[in-house]
Amino acid sequence: MTTGDGVEVLPIVADEDVVRVRQLVRSVAVAAKLSLIDQTKLVTAASELARNTLVYGGGGRAEVSTVSNGRRTGIRVHFADDGPGIADLDLAMTDGYTSGSGLGLGLSGARRLVDEFEIDTAAGAGTRITLTKWSR
Amino acid sequence: MDSTTTRYLADLLRDHGDQIVKRWTATVAASLRGRLGEAELGRQINELFTALREATDGAELTIDSAESSELRAVLTELSRQRARHGFSSTETAISVFALKEPVLEITDSTDPAALRSFVAISHFIDELGLFTFESYAKTREELIADQAEQLLELSTPVVKLWEGVVAVPLVGTLDSARAQVVMERLLQTLVDTGSPYAIIDITGVPAVDTQVAQHILKTVVAARLMGADCIISGIRPQIAQTIVALGIEFGDIVTKSSLADALLHALRAGGVELSRRAGRRD
Amino acid sequence: MDRIPILTLGDILLVSIQVDLEDQLALRLQEDLSDRIVATGAHGVVIDISALDIVDSFIGRMLSTIASISRVLDAETVVVGMRPAVAITLVELGLSLKGVRTALTVEHGLRLLRGARAAELIGLPDDDEPAEPAPAGEPAAAS
Repeated sequence: MTTGDGVEVLPIVADEDVVRVRQLVRSVAVAAKLSLIDQTKLVTAASELARNTLVYGGGGRAEVSTVSNGRRTGIRVHFADDGPGIADLDLAMTDGYTSGSGLGLGLSGARRLVDEFEIDTAAGAGTRITLTKWSR
Repeated sequence: MDSTTTRYLADLLRDHGDQIVKRWTATVAASLRGRLGEAELGRQINELFTALREATDGAELTIDSAESSELRAVLTELSRQRARHGFSSTETAISVFALKEPVLEITDSTDPAALRSFVAISHFIDELGLFTFESYAKTREELIADQAEQLLELSTPVVKLWEGVVAVPLVGTLDSARAQVVMERLLQTLVDTGSPYAIIDITGVPAVDTQVAQHILKTVVAARLMGADCIISGIRPQIAQTIVALGIEFGDIVTKSSLADALLHALRAGGVELSRRAGRRD
Repeated sequence: MDRIPILTLGDILLVSIQVDLEDQLALRLQEDLSDRIVATGAHGVVIDISALDIVDSFIGRMLSTIASISRVLDAETVVVGMRPAVAITLVELGLSLKGVRTALTVEHGLRLLRGARAAELIGLPDDDEPAEPAPAGEPAAAS
């Protein structure tokens, strides 16, 4: 679904949606002429967060759009869910933080892969994360 | 430009089109001194003229209007071409400013209203000139960036020393951007040549700071993830001292002072045994 | 139900991941591999990820888990064909793929496994360091 202002919205409610998010972000990144390394980093970060949205957020959506800051083109991916939110954000953002069964929420890792990373969350208030990666 | 002046200009272009194009082309041709073919130049000016006429279709002529989109496109393309062919920024801008001459010639200088219109038109032509200059500058920047990239590629050769062993001699200062390119090329070479061993020789690197060391380290870790190993060679005494002083830990990454030692290490690790034939005098 | 095919090459199992890996598919692969190792008595597993354009923490975990499970079942795992862009991203991500050995190609992986197995049988110490090519006991002609 594309909203009027060029934003593509993908629901994240099942396993295969994580793959769909990857594929969409990849194609948009290619179109914006991001380098292969930058594409890979962005898609990997998007994959991590899409999975988080599904597994920890109880499902949500991803919004993908191409942005411009006048000189460069970039890709913006916004994740939103109405799940339990993250109670201790500082803790969650430390390297190696693990919750549940596994290697962790991957938030700090995902942040390293992109240029801009904004997160808005609180216990019981859902989670909203926006990633931006610019072409060089 | 207000609607009255826009109408005035539109009429001017319609009624004196041929004369304007002729004078415009001649002025530009003179400034370019034959470096652009007559026919090609004529075609360019004509295209510009047509786009300008189209732009005056709107009520008020501005450079941003929808009617001016073709004009912007033509100017951008003209600038790009000039930039690519090595014309100077002045030579490019003159292609636009030269329009003022024929327009002034047609203007009745005794009529104050006509003169006011000319001032407005002249102002508009200035904006077009600036727009052209911007496109030109942008294209030149792109060209320089491309060339820098090519230079980067040329200065990071990869040499196959043996079956399964490649060497990447680094020469010159290693800034962040360069280190990235080197890293990517090295890793890609490992894939392309199927070499499990890469020797990164830093004899030609004048100084190693924490940043450079970080990049080298990241490259080695990435190579390992891919199933290859890196040996760092060419570490000069001063560099070794700097590394220790900065507290940079190379961990279990093999470092050798000479490329030869590094090669020997790689060969042995790969299971190659070297022997000297008896009875030879060296 | 979609499954990733597992090929048998002597006493080595070869898996080539060609599709965009969905989480469920990855879990199924783990199960299928364990079953096949036991069923065939395989001593080596080669996982070719040259078609994967990304490896995120989930896939990384899957690879580590497969390596651990296989080891318990007396089989060594080697992951081959990682793309440079993926490797660079993993370094940035801070994922180390603990316990997973890697090699450049399927061929390198097979060589590694044969060498490791040979060393094991002869009783030589094998460089059991993950993510490092270590052809212990490999004769000179092998290059």
